[in-house]
Amino acid sequence: MKKAGTSTKVIEELTNQEYRYGFVTDVDTDSVPPGLNEDVIRLISAKKNEPPFLLEWRLRAYRHWLTLREPKWAHVHYPPIDYQSIVYYSAPKAKKDGPRSLDEVDPEMLATFEKLGISLNEQKRLSGVAVDAVFDSVSVATTFKEKLGEIGVIFCSFSDAVVNHPELIEKYLGSVVPYTDNFFASLNSAVFTDGSFCFIPKGVRCPMELSTYFRINAANTGQFERTLIVAEAGSYVSYLEGCTAPMRDENQLHAAVVELITHDNAQIKYSTVQNWYPGDAQGRGGIFNFVTKRGKCLGVNSKISWSQVETGSAITWKYPSCILLGDNSIGEFYSVALTNNYQQADTGTKMIHIGKNTTSTIISKGISAGHGQNTYRGLVKMGKGAKNSRNYSQCDSLLLGDKCGAHTFPYVEVGNSSSRLEHEASTSKIGEDQLFYCRQRGLSQEDAVSMIVNGFCKEVFRQLPMEFAVEAQKLLGVSLEGSVG
Amino acid sequence: MTGSKKKPILEVRGLRARVGGKEILRGLDLTIQAGEVHAIMGPNGSGKSTLANVLAGHEGYEVTGGQVMYRGKDLLSVSTEERAREGIFLAFQYPVEIPGISTAYFLRASLNSILKHRGEEEIDPIDFLTLVKKKAKLVQMDQSLLNRPVNEGFSGGEKKRNEILQMMVLEPRLAILDETDSGLDIDALKIVASGVNAMRDPERAMIVVTHYQRLLTYIVPDRVHVLSHGRIVKSGGKELALELEEKGYAWTEIDSPAPAAPTSPDVPAS
Repeated sequence: MKKAGTSTKVIEELTNQEYRYGFVTDVDTDSVPPGLNEDVIRLISAKKNEPPFLLEWRLRAYRHWLTLREPKWAHVHYPPIDYQSIVYYSAPKAKKDGPRSLDEVDPEMLATFEKLGISLNEQKRLSGVAVDAVFDSVSVATTFKEKLGEIGVIFCSFSDAVVNHPELIEKYLGSVVPYTDNFFASLNSAVFTDGSFCFIPKGVRCPMELSTYFRINAANTGQFERTLIVAEAGSYVSYLEGCTAPMRDENQLHAAVVELITHDNAQIKYSTVQNWYPGDAQGRGGIFNFVTKRGKCLGVNSKISWSQVETGSAITWKYPSCILLGDNSIGEFYSVALTNNYQQADTGTKMIHIGKNTTSTIISKGISAGHGQNTYRGLVKMGKGAKNSRNYSQCDSLLLGDKCGAHTFPYVEVGNSSSRLEHEASTSKIGEDQLFYCRQRGLSQEDAVSMIVNGFCKEVFRQLPMEFAVEAQKLLGVSLEGSVG
Repeated sequence: MTGSKKKPILEVRGLRARVGGKEILRGLDLTIQAGEVHAIMGPNGSGKSTLANVLAGHEGYEVTGGQVMYRGKDLLSVSTEERAREGIFLAFQYPVEIPGISTAYFLRASLNSILKHRGEEEIDPIDFLTLVKKKAKLVQMDQSLLNRPVNEGFSGGEKKRNEILQMMVLEPRLAILDETDSGLDIDALKIVASGVNAMRDPERAMIVVTHYQRLLTYIVPDRVHVLSHGRIVKSGGKELALELEEKGYAWTEIDSPAPAAPTSPDVPAS
């Protein structure tokens, strides 16, 4: 018999590299006691000086949430979450009202982000990427705000946007993901604390990548951020999102909502590298990542493109989706999801075709190792009026080892006869033969596994902005493919 | 090389190996000098591919006895990748596909791992491209294949040419060609053979594993060995291949000396 487990061993070594972002920053925090009730929501709203409409909206969301039950349909298993034991607001103590400039940001905080590879010092940043750094419940700094302001781009923390641009928030908040949408979206709507707001005015092509880096630090807190990106007619923006958390034995809840809106001929490219703490090799600890992300292609010829690399979290429950309202609008979803040890991911997308001639593309790559369980769940819906709409879906699974699992649940609803759908799916295993071939050419086992995994994810990595593609490849423990070829 | 005392590149002594619990190699002996091309022939199941895979270090094959010396050092304790870096190359009978990784990138990574092992500088992408294009021309391989993922969607002939291309770029000391002729038409066979012939070198040895004599018309071996039931039962010059073609493998079975059979008194001395 072939000796079993040589590739499994390598994969274990490769994927069991220690979580590099597991440290804790020692800062004084301003936290509310654990538990959730209307007073906590009022307190959060007051801390943020929110206008009355927003408090009302939060309370409506909370009251609705009380009527809901946690969804159980996902292919994930976890102990019940005690929502009354979670701290819903935790912020590093500010010296004054909050930092006005980078000079006033707690050096400890700057050091934390430096350590994570996110420099908040504008002069130090080589590439044109503006960053909003969110630490637990608040945004600690946003770079390049002024420079972007000169061309009318608004890029700031959600809290700042609520104070400075309440009309935009009131207009767009909940317009894609209403507070009644689902259990976790309702919870987020009630208690969300910060996040990013981007507004790209008419005809502007945002000259730099905008990014938000989320960091959970405090124990027993939940992170509930909210991101809202509005691209006015003819504008373009590329937005990146990254996240990490300390290593802790207990699970922590992260329930975010992201809403994207594109007007006529506008385009939003949204890329995520999700690297929340995944838990240890025995499945202890890790983040529960229950996220609602949705984009609305409101205008004609508009386009929303989601790219995600999901390597972290104990449990991922996430379906970045597109509502293709405008005629000729385009939705895209490119995903790599890796589950190792006892990680579980149930992820995919929904493409809702409403406008005529709308097109969507779904490329999903699931990699399972260890005892990981990886599920693709997707819906393609062609409405009655979505004449000549098209979808192409491709879902590939790669299994590393024999204790993991891959599952695919594609749903299709077609309401007219002129639409066209294509679906391709494959499941493969890293073969001993592939490994032997690579090693016979002088590559080490580790490099061989990396190369095979890298090749498998190629179509998705190609969609990521350069800086992110590199990080994503590093995350999967792979070496960068050279420029030849 | 015209040195007076020849040191073998490869010395195999009493090699035994099994796969799936079944013994395939049963005491195989083989010595190959630098500069030589040896053909290993034999019927299906005789152990040809097993020998090739064992020499290359495939972990699916269990070595149960014997010794293999490569350039004077024990080979069997060395890992697969170390053997490759030390200059052992296997042209696969069934080359493997690696989706998403371009042929050129793969081959450069391979070459660099070998250069690094030798303590030499890695080759940069531009120089590599020049090199690989030159070699691709020699095996008449379409350059567009270099940008395509390794062996993915390649025809049988293209896969085999890709193996020869890799051999030419990596310049091994010991090349093992495992049924490189299988599935090739006569034109492709000639191209592959001329690639192999161009690689002949006093410093290099080659083992050509084949089922048919056909390939040996184009790659003329120095020695021909016939493998049967995991042992070499007959060795000779290039004419042995022709004889085999004529008489079939059954001939070697009958002709092979029964192990340790005592001669009867009335057998005339030869």
